[in-house]
Amino acid sequence: MAKTNTEIKARYAMKVSADHKKIWSSFERLLLGSILPIALIITWEIVSQLGWVESYQLPAPTAILARLTELASSGELTQHIYITVYRVFAGFLLGTGIAVIFALLVGFLKKAEYVFDPIIQAFRSIPSLAWVPLFILWMGIGESSKITMIAVGVFFPVYLNLVSGILTVDRKLIEVGRMYQLSLFQQIYRIILPATLPSFLVGLRSGLGLGWMFVVAAELMGASQGLGYLLVLGQNTLAPETILASIILFAIIGKLSDWLLKVLESRLLRWQDRFERGS
Amino acid sequence: MTLVLENISRRFADVDVIKDISLSVEKGEIVGLLGTSGCGKSTLLRAISGLDQDYRGTIAINGQVIQGVHATTGFIFQEPRLLPWLTVQDNITFGIKGKQQAVFDRAKRFIEYVGLTGKENLYPRQLSGGMAQRVAIARALVTSPEILLLDEPFSALDAFTKMQLQDLLLEIWEKYQTTMVLVTHDIDEALYLCDRIVVLRDQPGRIIKTIRVEQQHPRNRGSVEFAHYKTDILNQLDFSQ
Ligand SMILES: Nc1ncnc2c1ncn2[C@@H]1O[C@H](COP(=O)(O)OP(=O)(O)O)[C@@H](O)[C@H]1O
Ligand SMILES: [Mg+2]
Repeated sequence: MAKTNTEIKARYAMKVSADHKKIWSSFERLLLGSILPIALIITWEIVSQLGWVESYQLPAPTAILARLTELASSGELTQHIYITVYRVFAGFLLGTGIAVIFALLVGFLKKAEYVFDPIIQAFRSIPSLAWVPLFILWMGIGESSKITMIAVGVFFPVYLNLVSGILTVDRKLIEVGRMYQLSLFQQIYRIILPATLPSFLVGLRSGLGLGWMFVVAAELMGASQGLGYLLVLGQNTLAPETILASIILFAIIGKLSDWLLKVLESRLLRWQDRFERGS
Repeated sequence: MTLVLENISRRFADVDVIKDISLSVEKGEIVGLLGTSGCGKSTLLRAISGLDQDYRGTIAINGQVIQGVHATTGFIFQEPRLLPWLTVQDNITFGIKGKQQAVFDRAKRFIEYVGLTGKENLYPRQLSGGMAQRVAIARALVTSPEILLLDEPFSALDAFTKMQLQDLLLEIWEKYQTTMVLVTHDIDEALYLCDRIVVLRDQPGRIIKTIRVEQQHPRNRGSVEFAHYKTDILNQLDFSQ
């Protein structure tokens, strides 16, 4: 009896120490990742305070922070963030939706590949930003031209990754499905789509990245609100702290949205056998 | 379940891979297709399974000529071919339809049977080669196939795991009297498991000899009789040419 008690205690201690290790290792990671940014900010602040760089060119971090709080307290900031996030989100959904439809068609039907793939590839070779003036001409500088813009950017990576994912599904797994007499629809639903999920998620993440790039372009072209508008405002009012505040917000929100997709990815792809690096 | 092959031939790009193979397998029989690599064993097995339909000749199961995959045929491949996004449990139940509880109970029975209790929620990446092949065996058995086709199912495993799984296969056979067609290039394996060994050779592959192994299961892996059979088979395959 006494023996089992100590055993249980020992095991419990092991579990606790394993938990501690886990917490410590993620803390360590955070710590290691923060060294360079913090050093950079401190140097920057010192250099600014000493007057080594002109504040009308590169304002100090504290000045940027002050600008941010000013924008936040007037309620303007949430409005700008909201509208930009809304545009990216709507464009992302639209681009992804269309990409999924075309990728499924092209991936599953050879005829559809012959019909659609050449023209899609041709359009792909046009740098997407070149469309901006045309979209503005067609749809004005309202929301629809911006969202279309972003959707175009999101479309290509999602489409390309999904198609290549569908075309490279392991034929051996499909044979397993055939052995169990799955219908074509069941084969798609139970084998091909799950097998394609990893490359689809890669497409989503790079699509989202492009979405952020394109929202900047769209908002630079003409907007009265949004983080991209803050860039233009800063330029026109000779206020670099506004520009930098906007850049920082783009970085934070872009990273946050990518992180959300990453969390989704690791949830959905728990089954994947991935390469794990040593410490 | 009887299986009758008549004059099966298959060509790939104008090259005959197997030619005029005829064979009949009785209910509950374990037939081994033995031959050197490349003589068309897998090709023949895929024709029997219905996965490949571009052969000439006829294949009949219970007197009915098959067109495509037959509902009562199970296939165990050389590789486990598990779906990496499904757990052990879900891989095993992949091919069965029906009420959830019934499916679950059935899966549980076969998980126990192949010795994977406690591993139900692992993903394929977390399994050793032997465990993965056990899952593949359970997946094939859970639908109670009347004919089980096996394409070198143990060739990628270490010697000990291989023996364990061979014994597992015999246990299954004793319990369900499943008709089996086993492709192998391992003479010892064929002698240990099969009631009849069909020796294939040449390009295009053809049957050069059929050997009936009369010994009752369980057999002794090291018996003198086996050595005689083995010499005979090696002579038939005649590597000197
Ligand atoms: N899908 C295929 N296309 C072309 N040739 C094939 C195909 N499958 C098998 N072969 C050829 O048929 C021959 C027999 O192959 P296989 O049946 O796999 O042999 P075994 O299983 O006996 O080793 C080999 O020469 C192989 O190259
Ligand atoms: Mg083979």
